[in-house]
Amino acid sequence: MTNELVDFTLVSVALLAIGIYGLAVKRNFIRMLFAVEIIINAANLNLVAFGRFLPHAGGQTLALFSIAIAAAEVAVGLSLIIVAYRMYQNVDIADFRSLKG
Amino acid sequence: MADAAFLALTVITIGSAIAALEMRSLIYGSIALMGTLGGIAGFFFLLDAPFVALFQLAVYVGSIAVLILFTVMLVKRELIFKKIEDRRRKFAGIGLMLIIMVSLGAVFLDSGIKTITTDEPPVDFRDIGTDFVIYYWPALILMGLILAGSVTGALILARREDVENDQRVS
Repeated sequence: MTNELVDFTLVSVALLAIGIYGLAVKRNFIRMLFAVEIIINAANLNLVAFGRFLPHAGGQTLALFSIAIAAAEVAVGLSLIIVAYRMYQNVDIADFRSLKG
Repeated sequence: MADAAFLALTVITIGSAIAALEMRSLIYGSIALMGTLGGIAGFFFLLDAPFVALFQLAVYVGSIAVLILFTVMLVKRELIFKKIEDRRRKFAGIGLMLIIMVSLGAVFLDSGIKTITTDEPPVDFRDIGTDFVIYYWPALILMGLILAGSVTGALILARREDVENDQRVS
């Protein structure tokens, strides 16, 4: 293979850092979900890359599980966004402070 | 040494990830997120994992991104274009991002990962199917139940009872 493991790992680190930036800076619920998706994809990229270079089928299997669970997470996250938007008429998480209890 | 396809995919993936978070419009942001997810699928193709790549395209680009796009369309027009962020917080976030990139990148470059190369043939996707059926079948069933439960939960959460009542009255 012309590409090395470290190349894929560095791309994954960059995506993780961008995702953490999004989670730290953005106050829009939908954008925070984007950031979570980017972080999950960085993890999946690492799984498949390590699975290719070991080589072992476990990496791809775990990545498939991870993608399926992420789909469930997005479904619940989006429905929570819809419910919160219906209650507060906004997607700013600063408005959701009453959820703290 | 990375090849041209890898570099192109890197630019597309990281560029559209930044665009997804920074674009003023949430609709263009979600389209840019599709670019990131598609770029990751391209990386999976480069890693000789076509099955995972097609799964990624079907599940992420095909369904999740479209679901996000429809949710964005349900939000009020002015909220789609409104950017809510604190300037000081943004600079702190950029600092945090750079610290994570540099420190984790330095750790990886300094570790033994650089020496890992392979000339072995890629894993056959039939092996993944065999693994699923022989070793991971309880996890597969559990995953199916979790997916069904989460989708049902999402439907129950998002249901509007007042609309049904309004229709019944009129």
